[in-house]
Amino acid sequence: MKAALTAAWLALLVTLPLWMTNQYALHILIVTGIFIVAAMSLNLLLGYTGQLSLGHVAFFGIGAYASALVSLGFKVQLAPGVALALDPKPVWCGMLAAVVVAGAFGWLIGKLAFRVRGAYFVIVSISFAEVMRLVAVNWVELTQGPMALNNIPPLALWLPGVGEHAFWKKPENYWLTLGVAVVSYVLIRRLVRSRAGRAMVALRENEPLATSVGIDVTRYLVLTTVVSAAMAGAAGALYAHYIRIVDPDVFLFLYTVTMVIMVITGGKGTLAGPIVGGLIFGLLPETLRAAAIRPEVQWIVYGVLMILVLYFLPAGIVPAVRQWWERRRGAAAAAPA
Amino acid sequence: MDQLLQHGLNALMLGGTYALLGIGLTLIFGIMRVVNFTHGELYAFGAYMMYAFAMLVGANFFVALALAVALGVALGAGVELVLLSRLRGADIDTTMLVMIGAWIALQNAEQLAWTGVAKSIDNPFPAAPLVIGPVSVAWNRVFVFAVAIVLIAATYALINRTRLGRAMRATFQDRDTAALMGVRIGTIHTATFALGSGLAAAAGALLGPVFVVYPTMGDLAAAKAFAIVILGGLGNIAGATIGGFILALVEELGAGYVSSGYRDAMGFLLIIVILLFRPTGLFAQKERIG
Repeated sequence: MKAALTAAWLALLVTLPLWMTNQYALHILIVTGIFIVAAMSLNLLLGYTGQLSLGHVAFFGIGAYASALVSLGFKVQLAPGVALALDPKPVWCGMLAAVVVAGAFGWLIGKLAFRVRGAYFVIVSISFAEVMRLVAVNWVELTQGPMALNNIPPLALWLPGVGEHAFWKKPENYWLTLGVAVVSYVLIRRLVRSRAGRAMVALRENEPLATSVGIDVTRYLVLTTVVSAAMAGAAGALYAHYIRIVDPDVFLFLYTVTMVIMVITGGKGTLAGPIVGGLIFGLLPETLRAAAIRPEVQWIVYGVLMILVLYFLPAGIVPAVRQWWERRRGAAAAAPA
Repeated sequence: MDQLLQHGLNALMLGGTYALLGIGLTLIFGIMRVVNFTHGELYAFGAYMMYAFAMLVGANFFVALALAVALGVALGAGVELVLLSRLRGADIDTTMLVMIGAWIALQNAEQLAWTGVAKSIDNPFPAAPLVIGPVSVAWNRVFVFAVAIVLIAATYALINRTRLGRAMRATFQDRDTAALMGVRIGTIHTATFALGSGLAAAAGALLGPVFVVYPTMGDLAAAKAFAIVILGGLGNIAGATIGGFILALVEELGAGYVSSGYRDAMGFLLIIVILLFRPTGLFAQKERIG
């Protein structure tokens, strides 16, 4: 039953570009999908280990820049006489680089930032993202600064029977995003149901207790951060090669906030939460725009919605719906007796 | 040497307002355990109220300043009563997220009300700077510094010399015991948030005429306030005062001798470095961080 439902869902998602020919709607879905991948990666940290990382957009941005730079090539002067240059590489190399570089930053940040917890950790994570943004603005030789990296090539792959094929069209990018999202989902599912996942939840619920039974807290936190960062980096790479322009604004705090709202609204620490929240907040702006509402009003609505969700559905939509469903089923089972 | 002196003087002048921002934030965290993301918006609110009264209404500069601060106090009290009073006892992450929601709503409301165009505020001070030997400083900056110092002194007096201040300190040390001794925790929280917000609004109203006023000005101010508070240790008022001056000096020297593009990055780098080597801040001993 459950497997059939999953298969039906997947079939619906895979065939979607075939029957939905509205290119603009497809574009919205692609961007939403990219943000859902980012939100899923944030959920790993925020939902499962309970660490409120508010610098998550840094990994997304690092992924976008790494992938764009590897596929465009760059040349920078590190010190007088010491130059670092890279010729343009195929896009799949760039995407791989995005995952590796973002993961490496995740490792570094995990090692450093988890010396502190709570409010201190939050502020360190925000600072990290802001420093990254300012580096992107100021290191013009590498990043072009506010002039942005332009003309980023789309992904090109060698496909059997077709030869070299570049992903220019929307349906192709949709499938690519869907593929990355499904792989991320499966990875997260496997991770949180493994021994490591139970360790994460244990240290979220009670860190001293988790330590006392021999869970190496820092090790698991760093491991989670690396996976989470690498996944956000992959989302950033998708973004770079789909939008095909990357500027320092990818590091804006507002994107982190968007991801946080998606995770909190959907339900942190649930597998489906970021997807539900991501769909709501990915599609909501378009609905609001259709109603001719100004972007400021849209953000005010976001802020107020976030507060309302925290007051009335503190666990998020997915747990609330699940609870309601189980209560109803319980009532139905009790009725005949 | 003259250049160094000039940087030092600039830092001193700027440090006063930074300290105001930091003290407000650290008070709110220390007493209420709230990471106040709306702090920067209160700063922007103060600056806009200054603009509204001084430029639109045409009130006297000093009257406008007093009105802006008073409205900042009122808005702070309002935010506390509407949003935070029902969250007492909630975990720190929930209140933090609620404050982020409030911050986004407030900032965009400001953008909607005032549009994105930057506004400037005239000041009544002579344009010719005050020259002291090899260094010089603009009169409006001297005024800003003087008012900031007076406000800092007043805050210290309020906390250390009055009955309300004693109740605040008691709440800071042990909330439950303070409540048992008859301190009205709700009133203390509202008063603390109003005071902290008033200080932020004062900083905005003071710096508005020095720089320009624009809707997202609060973000940078909030970021700096966080840096200052981390420097001094969360909840440490003396630490925040000194931290304000240290951040101003680091920024000033960093912009002067390293790169002006990275001026605003200095605060963040400072946060990261401090937390790596002295996670409790430069001066704190008691604050638990784990």
